[in-house]
Amino acid sequence: MANKIDRVPVREQDPKVRATNFEEVCYGYNAQEAQLEASRCLGCKKPRCVDACPVGIKIPAFIHQVLEGDFRAAFGTISEDSSLPAICGRVCPQETQCEGSCILGVKGQPVSIGKLERFVADYAREQGEKAEDCHKQSSGAKVAIVGSGPAGLACASDLAKLGYDVTIFESLHKAGGVLTYGIPEFRLPKKAVVEKEIQNLLDMGIKIETDVFVGRTVTIDDLMDKEGFKAVFVGTGAGLPLFLGIPGENLNGVFSANEYLTRNNLMQAFSKDSDTPIFQARKVCVVGGGNVAMDAARTALRLGSEVTIVYRRSEKELPARAEEVHHAKEEGINFQLLTNPVEVLGDENGWVRGIRCIRMELGEPDESGRRSPVPVEGSEFDIEADALIVALGTKINRLIADTTPGLETDRKGRLVTTETATSRKGVFAGGDVVTGAATVILAMGEGRKAAKAIHEYLKG
Amino acid sequence: MFKITGKKQLTPLIYSLEVEASRIAKSAKPGQFLIVRPTENGERVPLTICDYDAEKGTVRIVVQIAGVSSNKICKMNVGDFLCDVAGPLGKPSEFMDIPYEELKNRRYLFVAGGVGAAPVYPQAMYLHKAGAHVDVIIGARNKDLIIMEDEMKQACSNLYICTDDGSKGEKGVVTLLMERLGNNYDMCVAIGPMIMMKFATLTAKKLNLPITVSLNTLMVDGTGMCGACRVSVAGKTMFACVDGPEFNGYDVDFDEAMRRQTLYRKQEQEANAAAGLEFKR
Repeated sequence: MANKIDRVPVREQDPKVRATNFEEVCYGYNAQEAQLEASRCLGCKKPRCVDACPVGIKIPAFIHQVLEGDFRAAFGTISEDSSLPAICGRVCPQETQCEGSCILGVKGQPVSIGKLERFVADYAREQGEKAEDCHKQSSGAKVAIVGSGPAGLACASDLAKLGYDVTIFESLHKAGGVLTYGIPEFRLPKKAVVEKEIQNLLDMGIKIETDVFVGRTVTIDDLMDKEGFKAVFVGTGAGLPLFLGIPGENLNGVFSANEYLTRNNLMQAFSKDSDTPIFQARKVCVVGGGNVAMDAARTALRLGSEVTIVYRRSEKELPARAEEVHHAKEEGINFQLLTNPVEVLGDENGWVRGIRCIRMELGEPDESGRRSPVPVEGSEFDIEADALIVALGTKINRLIADTTPGLETDRKGRLVTTETATSRKGVFAGGDVVTGAATVILAMGEGRKAAKAIHEYLKG
Repeated sequence: MFKITGKKQLTPLIYSLEVEASRIAKSAKPGQFLIVRPTENGERVPLTICDYDAEKGTVRIVVQIAGVSSNKICKMNVGDFLCDVAGPLGKPSEFMDIPYEELKNRRYLFVAGGVGAAPVYPQAMYLHKAGAHVDVIIGARNKDLIIMEDEMKQACSNLYICTDDGSKGEKGVVTLLMERLGNNYDMCVAIGPMIMMKFATLTAKKLNLPITVSLNTLMVDGTGMCGACRVSVAGKTMFACVDGPEFNGYDVDFDEAMRRQTLYRKQEQEANAAAGLEFKR
């Protein structure tokens, strides 16, 4: 029988303290808390949470193992379906996936599945547990993975388990894609979590070659024709930042969230040991309402700026995870909702001095089902700021498509696939490069699907 | 890790390094650049590719000490390893699209400012070998900043040198020589400091000579991901790293590009001071 207690709260760093450091916000459960939370699970016969998980983790099974205190077994269960549980436990939008479909959520609070996953993964890492590997059943054929983000890592992991000889090519100097350059330390620790999970993949025999920008350093055709790769998975993501298209966006002090976050996460600009500079603004304006906007805003706050998020719809429509919005507010980020920038204002030397905004109101629902914002005439006002960070999303870099003859794309540059197979024989794709900008876990799900398809293709 | 296999001091502040980077050596083309991260805590520094040898698997880069990172790179010696060398980045020069046989009928004028001689060299050499008529102007503030004179002579028909102070070659700036040579070319290519490329473009305009410039903007990843390198070209925002680095000079908003280069000037000066580096501007 399930324990009818309230959800076990998770310990977090005090908002006032954490607003000045880059340490992880959430401490996670300890063993006792995890077991108590696990006792809430109803162990549904037809678990809706599993259906809602993009990689189909056997959630009730691992939660039952946690309840019994067999954390090692729980890790084994999760590892059957996910190669990066410490990461997913931290960054998945559980409220719209597993937890969003938990039956307990109908009347009360769902089981804290994400925090339990994180606990199991952290426990296993600290105990030095490694996922059971390899039911080797294949020829060991060479497979190339382009991009070491979530899609590529998940695909590589599954292929390695099947016995393939896998090499990941990464254009930056560090593997991880958005996990490394995009998501900040305070949400996803790099050394303790990301690097360790990637190390697990290396221990499985996966090779990672950094500093290789596929399309420029080497082409997909070269990899297949000259280097003997029998199949290629393209998981290059959607990396090109969008800008506003309003006057003043090239003034000094306007940054893409990608640049701002890359300087701080990948290049560690917040550390005094790093040679990479980051702009020290007094007042920062962040445009956008997604997770990336929250990450940029909270990074700027930690670097000592006063931060305002400007978003054109209302709070209800914020695409960021509820937890991130809640954390941002706790830390003292200001929100200007139903507001849209119309011009970046510059001083006489071309540096940002403010953002001219206009108030918005919600009109009729658009094709996404959300009510579309409409400007309120004559409502312009200025926000004082010396930096503007643009977090309006990203689009796809066309380099791979442009340098790989016969690779079909759609109007937006996304690779066209059928069950992860592209229009080129032996070339598969998944993640943001196929779907457009989405989440870590969706990309991982696509990467795993592609691994299955590649296996089918290679065993002929 | 990328091993340094050769090092030569060209002037008191400029060094040439040969680095083992077999993938880049095989794929580099004139007009492209690379990014070096010297050490674990180092910056990603965009640098021009001066030469490449596919057989030996090496590339040559030429670096001028202008701050903490370039100083780190220049202090490294043969046998040392650069943490990262990524590339080739950016689009190859436009003339790489012209059928090789047609190049022999073409006339090119290259204008190199200081260390800009390094990226000019592989372009001039490619065209010279293809039988094009190639003239090169190298200009710098003084003789200590003139590099690659002997090699450049092998890559062109005529080499002209000028210095601001007259310590080598003709006294004066590159635009003076451009005006004298006049519009006797199909295309001019200018590579050097932004201010030089701006004035070279103004002169080319006056001469009604088409001009290509190679923009050395700020960059982080160099793969189109950050947009730090964005420039206005014909009124449109472009990324120097993936849309360039070469653009039609007539279309570039040089004043904006120069202003954007100063974004971290304060931090750079503080870092230089902390490292005991001093530069005369």
